Amino acid sequence: MSEATPSAQNVHNLPMAKAITAGLRQAMIDDPKVLLMGEDIGPLGGVFRVTEGLFAEFGPRRVLDTPLAESGIVGTAIGLALRGYRPVCEIQFDGFVFPAFDQITTQLSRMRNRHEGGVIMPVVIRIPYGGHIGSIEHHQESPEAYFAHTPGLRVVSPSNSHDAYWMMQDAIASDDPVIFLEPKSRYWPKGEVHFGQNGIALHASRVVHPGKDVTVVGHGAMVSVLLQAAGIAAGEGIGVEVVDLRSLSPLDFGPILDSVQKTGRLVVAQEASGFASVGSEIAATIAEKAFYSLEAPVLRVSGFDTPFPPAAVETHFLPSPDRVLEAVDRVLAY
Amino acid sequence: MPTVSFLTAEGEFLPSESAEEFVPYLDRLSEDDYRRFYRDMAVMRRFDTEAANLQRQGQLALWVPSHGQEAAQVGSAYAARPQDHIFPSYREHVVGMIRGLDVVDILRLLRGATMGGWKPEEHGNFHLYTLVLAAQTLHATGYAMGMQFDGQTATGNPDTDEAVIVYFGDGASSQGDANEALVFAASYQTPQVFFLQNNHWAISVPVSRQSRTPLYQRASGFGIPGTQIDGNDVLASFAVTAKSLDDARAGRGPALIEALTYRIGAHTTADDPTKYRDAEDLAYWVARDPIIRFRRYLTDLGVGGDFFTSVDEEAADFASDVRRRALEIRGPGRSVIFDNVYAEPHPLIEEQKAWLDRYEASFEGEEA
Repeated sequence: MSEATPSAQNVHNLPMAKAITAGLRQAMIDDPKVLLMGEDIGPLGGVFRVTEGLFAEFGPRRVLDTPLAESGIVGTAIGLALRGYRPVCEIQFDGFVFPAFDQITTQLSRMRNRHEGGVIMPVVIRIPYGGHIGSIEHHQESPEAYFAHTPGLRVVSPSNSHDAYWMMQDAIASDDPVIFLEPKSRYWPKGEVHFGQNGIALHASRVVHPGKDVTVVGHGAMVSVLLQAAGIAAGEGIGVEVVDLRSLSPLDFGPILDSVQKTGRLVVAQEASGFASVGSEIAATIAEKAFYSLEAPVLRVSGFDTPFPPAAVETHFLPSPDRVLEAVDRVLAY
Repeated sequence: MPTVSFLTAEGEFLPSESAEEFVPYLDRLSEDDYRRFYRDMAVMRRFDTEAANLQRQGQLALWVPSHGQEAAQVGSAYAARPQDHIFPSYREHVVGMIRGLDVVDILRLLRGATMGGWKPEEHGNFHLYTLVLAAQTLHATGYAMGMQFDGQTATGNPDTDEAVIVYFGDGASSQGDANEALVFAASYQTPQVFFLQNNHWAISVPVSRQSRTPLYQRASGFGIPGTQIDGNDVLASFAVTAKSLDDARAGRGPALIEALTYRIGAHTTADDPTKYRDAEDLAYWVARDPIIRFRRYLTDLGVGGDFFTSVDEEAADFASDVRRRALEIRGPGRSVIFDNVYAEPHPLIEEQKAWLDRYEASFEGEEA
């Protein structure tokens, strides 16, 4: 952990998993009410080692290895939040959040509204999500639409180490419940983390690659796919502008609208199934707000409307740079 | 372990053998307390009738009667100390009243004027009703964990050490959350009492469908003590809950109490119990009424008829006051749709609120 010790001028090259560790650690130092809860997050450090070292540093009262029951984790976190704590719950894998779905959607998300504003619900639910890791059923899913559809929740997903470090701290500092989606295929690539400087709000989207011809947007692991696609397109003389959504609820449409007004073309990409998805919402909103700027229909590049398939065929399911470029070609044909 | 009881169905003080260890807890009660128990049970039953009438007259969307369960609720509520936290299900009206809640606030919820109704910290730490069965059992356990982490329990001072009591029912006992709460409570040894009111019916389904074993016996499977009490005996409810809460606050861990009682009325005013239960079953339990038996007991103690007359008058006054004030409950302004969804700014909600304001304003000046 010493390599992740923040100081104002520090810039470190860290994998996202360790950037999140550093973000958690800093939040725990800053506020003694911050607790970590989850399965195997203590001495083991979590199945992805995101909480590695924190049990040793903060002890069992701050890092709780809970019984193996997701509804129990979130339900007791709600009680702890009512008591004044700021619990950060780790759900071990995306597909295992559903036992907690009731507590998240009928309780956590509505507790403040039910109390007529009398309480805050500063609970973070960390969910490693998404494919590209060749794993078994329930270990590669993208459940974000369920949560983005639920009033009272905030939903964010970093795409890189720097954002992960800061967004984790901002999510913990939020007085609202935050679903924090960690793109597990991006846990290990390293990226620069500027410890002294955040620079962007939790719920802001931003352009991460400029381009003049087509706007492509995505979040989490999809951002690296979009950047690869933009690089290939650049070689062919096509300017692809990439917007990293960062936040799925609320969605910051500002940079997307600015970009579409310039390019006139939009492709929305996500690993999740396309039907009734975050991508659908973006397509509908941009069609409504930028109708006269659009030169082509908004296209979605998504996982198919099927269960996530066996890993042997996952490359056919997951949007690749080529799938993104196929859609780019289609919008350019108008 | 036989059911713990002090009073027979006829109101005779005849403690069961299993009640012996709880007898000292009755020493905490004065005759004034006994009168208060009776008064609260009687007033609440009258209130219950009034609220059901209000629903029948279209003034409430729904009513959830507690008729028959008054002793289980009154006894356990008085066993809690001021610093304790109460997590109700949605039928514990008299528990709320004892903790300082104005029961008209409950009617705000059932009249559709709010999703909540009160501020727990201003009403004896009586938390909000929870309509998703057993969800509150986990909130209670988490809250009790927080008491431990805060060092506000098990210090050895029963006047300040905190504990939690959570109410749920025989139907809710089948929910995963109830079982997960028991697992967490046992694991962390939370200062917590699980108060299970077995009123024998989950809407139309009898408790025999929920469990093949007496519900209190489930506690041993979780590694915590379980006690079955006659839930229509207010003294048993008080004494066993007092012991369990004080054990919990002293650091001796959680406990489960199964209070055998009966839902004399319907599940809610939307229900029709004549379709699924027979008159004999009902008559058996009516004969074990918690209020009548306690009245007999008090009468034997020498409490005079004028006391009962005055309680009846107080109950009638209480009910008419509730009726008057219930009819005065007004809905909140439409901004309540948006105002408390998030604690921090949320652009979509703000945009939609502003849109609705503009939309509504566009009709100003038109004929209604």
